[in-house]
Amino acid sequence: MSEWTRPRHLPEALEILAAAPGPYRVISGGTDLMVESHLAPERRPESWLDISGLQELQGLQITEEGIRIGAATSLEAIRRHAEVVAHWPMLAASAAVTGAPPIQNRATLGGNVCNASPAADNAPALLAYGARLEIAHHRGSRWLPYGDFHQGYRKTALQAGELLSAFWIPYPPKHSRGYFRKVGTRAAQAIAKVSIAALIEEDSDGMIQSARFGMASVAATPCTLPSVSQYLLGRALRDIADAQVRQRVGQDIAPIQDIRSTTEYRLEIASRLVLEAIHRRSESKKED
Amino acid sequence: MPTTMRINGKAFQSSSAPNARLLDVLRNECDLKGTKEGCGEGECGACAVLVNGKLVNSCLVPLGQMEQAEITTVEGLPEDSALARAFVQCGATQCGICTPGMMLAATALLMEHANPTLEEIRWGLSGNLCRCTGYGRIYAAIAQAAGGSADV
Ligand SMILES: Cc1cc2nc3c(=O)[nH]c(=O)nc-3n(C[C@H](O)[C@H](O)[C@H](O)COP(=O)(O)OP(=O)(O)OC[C@H]3O[C@@H](n4cnc5c(N)ncnc54)[C@H](O)[C@@H]3O)c2cc1C
Ligand code: FES
Ligand code: FES
Repeated sequence: MSEWTRPRHLPEALEILAAAPGPYRVISGGTDLMVESHLAPERRPESWLDISGLQELQGLQITEEGIRIGAATSLEAIRRHAEVVAHWPMLAASAAVTGAPPIQNRATLGGNVCNASPAADNAPALLAYGARLEIAHHRGSRWLPYGDFHQGYRKTALQAGELLSAFWIPYPPKHSRGYFRKVGTRAAQAIAKVSIAALIEEDSDGMIQSARFGMASVAATPCTLPSVSQYLLGRALRDIADAQVRQRVGQDIAPIQDIRSTTEYRLEIASRLVLEAIHRRSESKKED
Repeated sequence: MPTTMRINGKAFQSSSAPNARLLDVLRNECDLKGTKEGCGEGECGACAVLVNGKLVNSCLVPLGQMEQAEITTVEGLPEDSALARAFVQCGATQCGICTPGMMLAATALLMEHANPTLEEIRWGLSGNLCRCTGYGRIYAAIAQAAGGSADV
């Protein structure tokens, strides 16, 4: 019989992990793990650490700088939260397209990023908003920009004995606009072929002050677009050459070919989405 | 450690392993066979039940998380209800495999939106697959149960 531990408080959970880091499997909403353990029963772990009862990992709190979202908060709670809808609409939107309602009722934001699928639907919004992670260990917590979390295919920065405890997301800059889109075969429940979130800040003269992109399903991990962001910085929309953007998208992403799409399709869609994110709401689109 | 929960209003204690699927506990231990297994991967909603009033796929729920939970299966829904009558009248069921899950998804939807729009009905049922009806009749049944027109 497998062992199941469901502590109420974070220190207790961290203590358990520190005492026996190896054999424990962390389970939150279980929407990824239950599929995995059912499909591969021989890999069913013996000892489970159930973090769904940890109070410190639950809920959303508004602070002066932004919002704290506990790692075990459900996607349903996130998509419904009035402040998230008002200030971080791309996250509300991504939570709302992560599977269907019965999935969102169970799936957690922490589980979505820790599962580390290259197609994780909430990753782009978290990257574009510049989220930071609070990572807990029984010796103390550390902070990590979410952009540094994914280190390779299904490999994260989490070390033995650590739990992702919360997300901190700053308010977007005042004059910024967001763009989110998931391209899949069907609205709900489909794994994304490509998804994107962009947060673009312009000054009163229309110069781009900052541009942050997050994309999923275009590389081995969810990723940002550093050279596109670099190119846009300080430029006015009318001075942006689409061909230059396309070339930089090609540098920043490394799309794979799989059962859902070809490499060429993903590169083309990614480029078009980036261009749409940049030019939306601008009349003076420059053609190359 | 046994897990104690309430299923359709009655206290129940399960001695299955904590990583057992709620689906198997319901079907095999409680003999509640109305909850179906379609895909076993969260995709089809045939196994849908309400846990503390929320729609979930019981094939993805480990028993270990069900301590003190309030669970409603199709057997716990009233036998005669506007929803049940509407399903019959609209021909919203054919082979019937999806019907329990559809009824629970509809129940969850109607708890939230007493008068759902077609868009809300589609969204509320988007995790439930039906191979037979083509969905139109199911949407119509829910609209009718809500007191709206069946003309979807
Ligand atoms: C039918 C279906 C449809 C889906 N559709 C989508 C979709 O459209 N888009 C999408 O992105 N995903 C989708 N998913 C995948 C899944 O629902 C999400 O990734 C979900 O957010 C996972 O969260 P969870 O809490 O259920 O994770 P769990 O299954 O509990 O855990 C997932 C992994 O993360 C680890 N983990 C969880 N929380 C923590 C933590 N706080 N600290 C450290 N490690 C942790 C676990 O150990 C495990 O390895 C779908 C799944 C199903 C079954
Ligand atoms: S059997 Fe659970 S969703 Fe298909
Ligand atoms: S009635 Fe047969 S699957 Fe829906």
